[in-house]
Amino acid sequence: MDLLFQLFQDYTLRTVALGAAALGIVSGTLGAYAVLRRQSLLGDAISHAALPGIVLAFLLTGSKSTLVLVLGAGVAGLIATLIVMTVTGVSRVPEDSALGIVLSVFFGFGLVLLTYVQKLPDARQAGLETFLFGQAATLLERDVIVIASLGAVALLAVLLFWKEFKLLSFDREFGATLGFPMRVIDVLLTTMLVLAIVIGLQTVGVVLMSAMVVAPAAAARQWTHGLGRMVVLSALFGGVAGLSGALASSSAPGVATGPAVVLAATAIVIVSLLFAPARGVAWRALERRRRRREIREDAVLLDLYALAAQHGMREHAHPADVLVAMRPGVGVEGSLDALAEHGYARRSGDRGWVLTKDGRTHARDLLDQERDRS
Amino acid sequence: MSITLEIQLVAIIVALACALPGVFLVLRRMALMSDAISHTVLLGIVLGFFVTHDVTSPLLILAAAGMGLLTVVLVEAIRSTRLVAEDASIGIVFPALFSVAVILIGRFAGDVHLDTDAVLLGEIAFAPFRRFEAGGLDLGPRAAWLMGAILLLNCLFLVVFYKELKLSTFDPALAAALGLSPTLLHYAFMGMVSVTAVGAFDTVGSVLVVALMIAPPAAAYLLTDRLPLVIVLSGAIAIAAAITGFWIAWWLDASIAGSMATMAGVLFALAFLLAPERGVVSRVRQRARQRVEFAQLMLTIHLLHHEGTAAAATETREDHLHHHLKWEPERARAIVDGAVESRLLRREQDGRLALTETGRRRAREGMFV
Repeated sequence: MDLLFQLFQDYTLRTVALGAAALGIVSGTLGAYAVLRRQSLLGDAISHAALPGIVLAFLLTGSKSTLVLVLGAGVAGLIATLIVMTVTGVSRVPEDSALGIVLSVFFGFGLVLLTYVQKLPDARQAGLETFLFGQAATLLERDVIVIASLGAVALLAVLLFWKEFKLLSFDREFGATLGFPMRVIDVLLTTMLVLAIVIGLQTVGVVLMSAMVVAPAAAARQWTHGLGRMVVLSALFGGVAGLSGALASSSAPGVATGPAVVLAATAIVIVSLLFAPARGVAWRALERRRRRREIREDAVLLDLYALAAQHGMREHAHPADVLVAMRPGVGVEGSLDALAEHGYARRSGDRGWVLTKDGRTHARDLLDQERDRS
Repeated sequence: MSITLEIQLVAIIVALACALPGVFLVLRRMALMSDAISHTVLLGIVLGFFVTHDVTSPLLILAAAGMGLLTVVLVEAIRSTRLVAEDASIGIVFPALFSVAVILIGRFAGDVHLDTDAVLLGEIAFAPFRRFEAGGLDLGPRAAWLMGAILLLNCLFLVVFYKELKLSTFDPALAAALGLSPTLLHYAFMGMVSVTAVGAFDTVGSVLVVALMIAPPAAAYLLTDRLPLVIVLSGAIAIAAAITGFWIAWWLDASIAGSMATMAGVLFALAFLLAPERGVVSRVRQRARQRVEFAQLMLTIHLLHHEGTAAAATETREDHLHHHLKWEPERARAIVDGAVESRLLRREQDGRLALTETGRRRAREGMFV
C-alpha cells in the first residue's frame, strides 16, 4: 500500500514504473508472435547481439541518449537476425547452432568493445555497462518517452498489419497464394520484434531481455486459443511483470531490475502452466482424476445391473462385499456412495445395494453407448 | 612460464575441453542447451557458496554441475507437458534460474568474490595468479589443472562411449532398438556438458563457453563429413580462436574472453564463406561453372541440330546466337570462347561455328542421357 502511495508521489519511481510497464506491454505483444512462430530463442540472439550495437553507437556519436543507443542496438539486432537466417538458409548448420554462434560472438565482440571503451580517457562512457543487467533507476522521463513512442510504433504496426501477421504466423504458404508479399511481412514483423527487444535493454539488460519476449507469451498461450486474446493477455502479463519487477528492484537494495522483472514474468508462467483452465498441469490432473472416478463408478453401476439381470429381479439387493470381490482394490465403497449421491443406487437392508430406476436407465444408456461404439 | 604463456595454455585447454562435447551438441541440435547451462551453473555456484562460504571449495563445482543437470531436467519437464515448445521452454527456464542467481549475489554476496561481471567476462587474465600448490611446490595455474582434468574426463567419455554417442546422435531409433539407452546416455552427456561448462565458466565466463562449444564444431561441420575429422578440426579451430583472440585482446587491452569469442565467430565466418565444398564462395563458383557448362552444351546441341542442313549457313553464325538462344553478344562470345578452349567447336573463316568430334559426342550425350 505504501508502495502504491509512493508510486503516485515519487517522480522517479513513477517514471521507472511507467517505462518498465511500457516495455513489458510491447515485448509481450511482439513476443506472442515470436513464441507462436517458434522463434523464442531468436529474441535471445537479438538481445545479446544488441550489445556491440550499443557500444558502437556510443563510439561513433559520443552520445549516450537513449534514442541513439536504441538505434545502434536495433541495427545490430537486425544484422544478427539476417546472419542467422542466411546461415541456416544457405548452409547445413542447424538453426540452434546459428543462434548460439551469433549470440555468443556478437556478445563477445560487444564485451571487447565495452572493455575497450572503458579504458578510454573519456568519462562519458560510464554507465554503458548497466546495459548488461539493466538499471531501471537510470530511466529518465525522456527515456520513457522514447521507449513509449518506439513501442507505440511497434504496437501500431501490429494493429495495422493484424491480418498479415496472423497469416504469416499460422499459414505462410496460404498467405503467399493469396498474393501477400510474405517475405516483406516477415521482415516487418521481425523488425518490430527487434524494436520491442531493444527498447527494453536499458531497463532489463541484454542478458535477460529474451525472457520478456518468451515468458509473457508462453503464459498467455495457456489461457486461450484465440490470437487476439493471446496477444492482449501477453501484453498484459508483460506490463504487469515489468511494473512489479521495476517496483521490487526500486524498493529492495541490491536487486537489479532485469532479474526482478524476469522473475515476475516467470511467476506468471508458473501459475499459467499449473492452473490455466483446460490446459494447466493441475487442471489436467484434476480432470484425469475426475474421469478415472467416473469410470470406476460406471463399472460398479454396470456390475450391479448385471447382478440384477442374473437374478432376474430388479429389486434384488446385493451385498457390497460381492461388488468388492468383483473389482478388488478400486474403491468400490466410495463409488457406491457416489452413485447414491447421483441417485443411481440406494442402500437396501444391512449391507445391501440396489439400483434405482434412474440407475437402471443410466446403465442401459451406457450399454447402448458401448454397443454403438463397437 | 611467463604469464602470457600460462594464459594461453589455460585458453588452449579450455578451448579443447569445450569443443569436444560441442561437436555432439551441434550434431544433436542441442546447441542452445550450452547457453542455458552456462548461465544456470551460476546459481549452483551461488547456492554452493552459501553452504560452504568458500569460493574455492570443490563442492561449488559439484553444485554447479548439478544445477546444469537440473536445467536439462526442467527444460525437459516443461516441454513434456506439451504446453510450450522446446525453444520456449529453454527460454523460460534459464533466465529464471540465472535471475535468481544474480539477485542472490546482489543481495547477499555482493561483497565477496562473486560478481556478475566476472560471470560474463570471465577472468582468464587472472588465471596465472591462482596457483595450484602441493606440498609447497608450485605446479602452475589452478585453472590449467582443473580444466586439464575435465578435458581428460571428456576424452575418456568420448573414447568409451564413442560408438553409443555416434549411433544415438545419427539414428536414435536404431540405438534404442539395439538396446542402448538413449535417455541415460543423454543425461550422462549433458552431465559432461555441465561439468565442462562449470569449469570453463570459472575461467572464461559464460559467453565464451557458448562460443567455444558451438562455433568451432559448426565450422568443422562445414569442412568435412567425417565425424572423427569434425572432432579433430573443432579442436584445432577452437585452439586457433583462443590464441588469436588472446593476442588481439592483449593488443587492444580489452576483454580476453570476448575477443576469443569474436575470433571463434570470425573463424566460423571464414569456414562459412570459404569451405571447400559447402562454402558460399565455392558454391557460387560451382553454380557459375554449371551455368557455363550448360550453355556450352546448349550450343553444341544447337550446332549439331543444324549440321549439314540448309539453314546451317545462318544458324551456326556466332552473331545469330543472339536471336536464337537469346544470348547477349558479349555472353555469346564468352561462351563460344570457352567452348573453343574446351575443344568442343572451332571458329571457321566465314564466321560460322563448326563442331569438333568431341563437341558432337558431348551434344549427343547431352541429348540422350
